[in-house]
Amino acid sequence: MTALLEIEGLTKHFGGVLANDNVSFGVAEGEILGLLGPNGAGKTTLFNCITGFLPPDRGRVRFAGVDVTGRSASRLARDGLVRTFQIVRVFPDLSALENVVIGALLRHGRVSAARRRALEVLEDVGLAARSNVRARDLTTAERKRLEVARALATDPRALLLDEAMSGLNPREVAEAVALVRRLREGGVTIVLVEHVLEVVMPLADRVVVLQEGRAIADATPAAVSRDPAVIEAYLGPQFIERA
Amino acid sequence: MPRPGLPVIALVAAALVYPLVFGSPAAINVGVLILLFAALGTAWNLLGGYAGQISFGHAVFFGIGAYTSTVLLKEAGLSPWLGMLAGAALAALAAVLLGVPTFRLAGHYFAIATIVIGEIAHTVVRNLDAIGGARGLFLPILPTSLVNYQFHNSRLPYYGIAFGLYALALAATLMVERRRIGYYLRAIREDPTASRSVGVSVLQYKLAAAALSAALTAICGTFYAQYVLFIDSDSVFPLSLSILIALTAILGGAGRAYGPLLGAGVLVPLSEITRIAFGGTGRGADLVIYGALIVLISVAQPGGIAALGDALRRRLPQPA
Ligand SMILES: Nc1ncnc2c1ncn2[C@@H]1O[C@H](COP(=O)(O)OP(=O)(O)O)[C@@H](O)[C@H]1O
Ligand SMILES: [Mg+2]
Repeated sequence: MTALLEIEGLTKHFGGVLANDNVSFGVAEGEILGLLGPNGAGKTTLFNCITGFLPPDRGRVRFAGVDVTGRSASRLARDGLVRTFQIVRVFPDLSALENVVIGALLRHGRVSAARRRALEVLEDVGLAARSNVRARDLTTAERKRLEVARALATDPRALLLDEAMSGLNPREVAEAVALVRRLREGGVTIVLVEHVLEVVMPLADRVVVLQEGRAIADATPAAVSRDPAVIEAYLGPQFIERA
Repeated sequence: MPRPGLPVIALVAAALVYPLVFGSPAAINVGVLILLFAALGTAWNLLGGYAGQISFGHAVFFGIGAYTSTVLLKEAGLSPWLGMLAGAALAALAAVLLGVPTFRLAGHYFAIATIVIGEIAHTVVRNLDAIGGARGLFLPILPTSLVNYQFHNSRLPYYGIAFGLYALALAATLMVERRRIGYYLRAIREDPTASRSVGVSVLQYKLAAAALSAALTAICGTFYAQYVLFIDSDSVFPLSLSILIALTAILGGAGRAYGPLLGAGVLVPLSEITRIAFGGTGRGADLVIYGALIVLISVAQPGGIAALGDALRRRLPQPA
């Protein structure tokens, strides 16, 4: 498998805080990659740097073999690299359908075609019955799903999900996991930021663990969950014995 | 999305009936001003209401329209209709040149920048003696004709043209609303960061909205010059005009196609009343009232008059 997305030596400071420290990894086409790490590890910053929302201080991002470092977020979305936000960002005063139409308009210039695509996607994510509800009136779980739907409607090659499942109840998490699996079967490459291990471990093909900005592990979920450095970083030293 | 059919028919009917019912020159004048401000508010709405970029500087584009056609008429004998097109093009260019630096500013900072730009333009024009300076410009009086864009026997032709201006601005709005750009502008208003994440070139769409809004505003400026036959910086560039344009849309319903018409229907008669009550120099009183209205709307009903209609409709039983 060739890498669809390659991160090489990515570094990002905020004043004295080193949010990403020389991070490198690749994501193969069709892969589900879990990106793990405690709060403040630098996961969201890494997403921001990869998807053009923040300029990295150093390092390169390659997408589909092309160096895309420094490209704008909107350009990268056109290239097929799309992310969602940890703190949900829907268009609050627009209906669920209009939210997704805006995503679909990236590949469909005509509103009528974009509407058809948007209705399909709403059906896929189980929001069809809520199409005409204003986004601000949806539940938190629905708004998260709507944001994923809006991103999907752009027909991305790679989708970066920033804690799309946190704050969901177990049933909603199960639905979201099933959705991610379906997406991958549809050929979408997925990078999943979560700090709920139980979600990522069974879902991901590979896991990268960040700690204080550095990638401290890059392996299969099984190997990572046995790695003492990861267990200590992630769960604290008291968990090492139990593991 | 609402179908255009019924409101458009009602609008045309009302516009036709109005001069038949209210025949006096003063009443026709109020009708002209309502349509003019409805057109201005509708033009403003493209940028302020749909794209959410609140401008308190639209008098700049109005003034560019008024001065461009007037100077071309006086200096080169160019038809005001061609001058109008030149003014619209110049205003669109100015909107793009001003937009590139100011559209980086968020929310209130953008609004403040537009006030500053408007006041700078106002001052510069007042001091530019080449185009009349503080004395202003009288338009040459030409025989009544459509080609000359002057009518001395009746105000009805102006009323008809004002209706045309409003129809043009409304048609532009309805076209924008139904197309990709309309969705993208509302997305930008709601959340520019989220818009970028799904591929919207935010600056490019803001500039497009600004250019269209400015061109339509400039066309109204030419109309004003041809209607009043005298312009100076205080009549076509003042802050109070910028605020009145914005308020027309905000009061009626920002981001709603028919909102500015409702706003103009309330504000124009109101400002005629304050003018009579406080005299011709009552500009200070105007600003106090406009300011109070802006506060009132943003607290009580951010969607303006048009949103009141929506709220009412929601309470009525829905037809099956
Ligand atoms: N815009 C910012 N300005 C300053 N510091 C930031 C900014 N964004 C993130 N940080 C800091 O960078 C570090 C990594 O944060 P973040 O990427 O949000 O971590 P995670 O998503 O893994 O929880 C934290 O110390 C955070 O406080
Ligand atoms: Mg985060």
